[in-house]
Amino acid sequence: MSAAQTIHDTGAVCRLDQLSPERGAAVLIGERQVALFRIDDAHGPTVYALDHRDPFTGANVLARGIVGTTGDRWYVASPLHKQRFDLATGECLDDETIRVDVHTVNIVDAHVHVDA
Amino acid sequence: MQTPGLRTRLVVVGHGMVGHRLLTELAEREVLDRFDVTVFGEEPRQAYDRVALSSFFDGATADDLSVVVPGFAETHGVRVVSGDAVVAIDRSAKTVTAASGEVALYDHLVLATGSSPFVPPMPGHGLPGCFVYRTIDDLEAIRDWSARDDVRTGVVIGGGLLGLEAANALRLLGLEPHVVEMAPRLMPVQLDDGASTALRNHIESLGVIVHTDARTSEIAAGPTGSVQRLVLDGADPIDAGIVVFSAGIRPRDELARGCGLAVGERGGVVVDDTMTALDDPNVSAIGEVAAIEGRCYGLVAPGYDMAAVVAARLAGATGERFVGADLSTKLKLLGVDVASFGDAFGETPRSQSIVWSDAREGVHRKLVVDVETGAVRGGMLVGDADGYQTLRLMASGDVPTPEDVRGLVAPASDGGGVAIGPDSLPDVAPVCSCENVTAGSLREAVSEGSHSIGELKSCTAAGTGCGGCLPLVTSLLNCELEKAGVEVSTALCEHFEHSRVELFGLIRFHRHGSWAEVLAAHGTGRGCEICKPVVASILASLGNGYVLEGDRAALQDTNDHALANMQRDGTYSVVPRVPGGEITPAQLIALGQIATDFELYTKITGGQRIDLFGARLEQLPAIWERVVDAGMESGHAYGKSLRTVKSCVGETWCRYGVQDSTSMAIALELRYRGLRSPHKIKMAVSGCARECAEAQSKDVGVIATEKGWNLYVAGNGGARPRHATLLATDLDDDELIRAIDRFLAYYIRTADRLQRTAGWFEELGADVPHLRGVIFDDSLGIADELDADIATHLDTYQCEWTATLEDPDRVARFVSFVNAPDAADPEIVMVSERGQLRPIRDEERGTLVSIR
Ligand code: SRM
Ligand SMILES: Cc1cc2nc3c(=O)[nH]c(=O)nc-3n(C[C@H](O)[C@H](O)[C@H](O)COP(=O)(O)OP(=O)(O)OC[C@H]3O[C@@H](n4cnc5c(N)ncnc54)[C@H](O)[C@@H]3O)c2cc1C
Ligand code: SF4
Ligand code: FES
Repeated sequence: MSAAQTIHDTGAVCRLDQLSPERGAAVLIGERQVALFRIDDAHGPTVYALDHRDPFTGANVLARGIVGTTGDRWYVASPLHKQRFDLATGECLDDETIRVDVHTVNIVDAHVHVDA
Repeated sequence: MQTPGLRTRLVVVGHGMVGHRLLTELAEREVLDRFDVTVFGEEPRQAYDRVALSSFFDGATADDLSVVVPGFAETHGVRVVSGDAVVAIDRSAKTVTAASGEVALYDHLVLATGSSPFVPPMPGHGLPGCFVYRTIDDLEAIRDWSARDDVRTGVVIGGGLLGLEAANALRLLGLEPHVVEMAPRLMPVQLDDGASTALRNHIESLGVIVHTDARTSEIAAGPTGSVQRLVLDGADPIDAGIVVFSAGIRPRDELARGCGLAVGERGGVVVDDTMTALDDPNVSAIGEVAAIEGRCYGLVAPGYDMAAVVAARLAGATGERFVGADLSTKLKLLGVDVASFGDAFGETPRSQSIVWSDAREGVHRKLVVDVETGAVRGGMLVGDADGYQTLRLMASGDVPTPEDVRGLVAPASDGGGVAIGPDSLPDVAPVCSCENVTAGSLREAVSEGSHSIGELKSCTAAGTGCGGCLPLVTSLLNCELEKAGVEVSTALCEHFEHSRVELFGLIRFHRHGSWAEVLAAHGTGRGCEICKPVVASILASLGNGYVLEGDRAALQDTNDHALANMQRDGTYSVVPRVPGGEITPAQLIALGQIATDFELYTKITGGQRIDLFGARLEQLPAIWERVVDAGMESGHAYGKSLRTVKSCVGETWCRYGVQDSTSMAIALELRYRGLRSPHKIKMAVSGCARECAEAQSKDVGVIATEKGWNLYVAGNGGARPRHATLLATDLDDDELIRAIDRFLAYYIRTADRLQRTAGWFEELGADVPHLRGVIFDDSLGIADELDADIATHLDTYQCEWTATLEDPDRVARFVSFVNAPDAADPEIVMVSERGQLRPIRDEERGTLVSIR
């Protein structure tokens, strides 16, 4: 059985170990493109899910931005024009009128489930 | 002086440095709208920086030299007539007449006609091949004449300041330079025998042949009727393909004589201390043409003071007076510091001198002090002008002389040094003499928010003239910021308190190899899009192997992470390296085939290579596999690293080429490919002075000469172009490569993030002697380390795409979706244009048939 099928069977989008810490990866859920970000800290791994689409350019690239912190907020900076988006809320830190959708993530048995 | 109800008609004759300063002074006082201003300039161009004239031979263009802010005349409603000389003044009708026939009426007339070079009336002085050194046109003519095949030696008549500058120019033009001076020593007006000898030693070691006590009796013509030889009294003649006169200047007072204004005994329009002509209140004279108490000033700073006096008067102020000038000079002649200030010759009674002389190092420093009080009164410094600004202030009485005068005379490198800090400068102390900026006004500017040298320069103009005051301005700035408790924040971001340079030093010293180590040891929080790529770049500069190894992968900008440049629609470009722009037909065919197979848009770049656009993330490994198979490697278009080394065909094909520029370009590109740096690095190599590779706009530019290579550095194209600076001439291959090694390593160690070499070098005060010192004389004692940095780079270089393709785990990263590795982003849509694909535009979505 291939990895993709295993995941399909469990309803997960990927295994946790397919995500590198602090570097995004995109998944395709139906038609929807979702950017996943894995952050590891003392409490273990957390995975955030945001729309992959950069609202400023319309390109599907947010998973490929650099992940960083300001204070204790985690964000991703768009690789195109560097606007930052809060990983937990989807708010744009550089333009309060803009927000991208966030999705609920559950980690079950080292597999990542996204409600999208 | 004003016709009632009308604006004052102001006519300025001469659009030189001082004439233009009058206009900017009036503009600053916001009174220009009260005047109808007409400026006549005889030269074909508006005012430019004559003081920096010689930098024309270092690559500066007429535009670089301009002192007129673009749009100045239009903004302020000033009429500037260039290329038209005033030929007559009628003081009773109050008109001037120009060569073009134009007659202009004036209420007030300002003469700012400067000086003309004095040409001794010796036989042959007018032969073709004889020049003076005063205007851009003169320099262009000198350059053109020197390019003639039969011109190999050049002679400058006059061994003063300007004469030595002219001799250096001839040297840069590739001629054998001679200087002929009547007096027994060089720069007789500023230097005594000891100082002059030190200067002479330096200059001779650079290849300038000096003849002192030499009287020219005739300039003799050759068979073609142009100059061939200088005949001297009682000495052998000198071969001369070109002769440049630099035997002093004479004020251009011919207009004044023509209209009956009084002129001084030694020339110049006689004015009082308000710069008003003695016998006509409607005429002023400023700059080199003005004679105050019988004296004309041949420096720009007094001219600027005079312009300020007249501007104040025209603006309605009374009581402004010209109070004389500081005739101190400090300059770099052929890379040698020469300074003279105050009573340099010890002419005041009860003075004595202290001399430090080190013939080996070519350093000669003399201070004239008061016998009783020990106060510094003047001095001359050759070879090392350390502390000049402060010593000059001691001589003018603006700062007290410290107890240990003898400590001042030795250069800092020999344990001496001028210990007085910028803090002890009184507010009235002039710091920048070119622009007449005092310590007080600099402090005020700092307190009003100018917190960088750049801001201080634009706000006070300090340091924008000869630049000699920049070290003092910098230390004053830092001292003020410290006092004000202003955190001079060089912190990278909220995670690192360090600047890039500091971080580089720390990582190098501790030999950190990973992000986790660097963050734990020196940072806080978890990093961001600013500090992460900086650390990634430093780790790569220090030779830590594959850039996507371990936790370094997460640090990289998306371009470095994908080893390709992301485009507007999320696709990538593929840029193989084409060293020196040389590419085989087979490689061209291979690239063509790859582009066809993957439906990529192709374009020749501005950097002489081929860019393939429109690759999706998941296609990159397959495309690169084909590129690598065709014998090409990563072009690092994505990295802050060497881009391209542009070349011309050079001696191999071109009828003018004097060296094999293509081979050199390829050698350089292969040497520095993959070298990670604070910003991208571009180079070029041209096969001769025609410069088809545009080397002077690159970070490193190399131009072939008959004898080797000239090396230019710190050029930039892009948004803020900078003409490169000539660093060294006639290097052989090895010398060239060693110099570039050190230049790059020094830049990588000391530049700020995203700072090109041009910005970095400007921040170093564009200090050529400093850079030459570091690179050629190991003045910082780090040359071995710099060489080792490049050696490490050469040892660890690998093609990042080859290294990626070798490892399936590395390849696995290149997918658009982790859960659907073969799927493409369905929203990437291409349309066809001129036979190739390009990304769809937003407004075209839904209206055009998609092709892919
Ligand atoms: C492809 C190319 C344009 C072309 O179609 O010809 C190009 C394309 C880009 N240039 Fe350029 N530049 C290209 C030649 C130039 C040149 C000309 C040259 O190198 O002779 C210049 C001016 C010379 C110079 O840099 O001094 C140039 C000055 C810039 C600048 C301004 C740099 C500056 O110091 O002012 C940027 C912006 C930056 O780097 O911050 C830039 C940035 C870019 C970026 C990387 C913008 C970006 O971040 O997406 C473009 C993407 C490249 C890609 O996707 O492959 N590009 N760019 C040229 C690639 C040359 C190559 O083979 O590598
Ligand atoms: C190579 C060189 C290096 C120098 N280095 C230094 C230095 O390091 N430090 C320093 O302080 N000074 C230096 N100087 C001197 C400095 O350049 C001059 O003191 C300064 O330019 C004087 O300004 P000005 O406006 O009086 O004269 P200029 O700048 O000469 O301007 C006078 C202008 O008037 C024009 N003109 C003359 N007659 C007429 C007419 N009838 N009608 C219309 N236009 C006319 C001339 O063509 C000229 O453009 C240097 C000069 C040279 C040539
Ligand atoms: S720079 Fe000189 S050698 Fe090179 S192509 Fe141009 S003319 Fe020929
Ligand atoms: S002293 Fe010349 S620029 Fe300041």
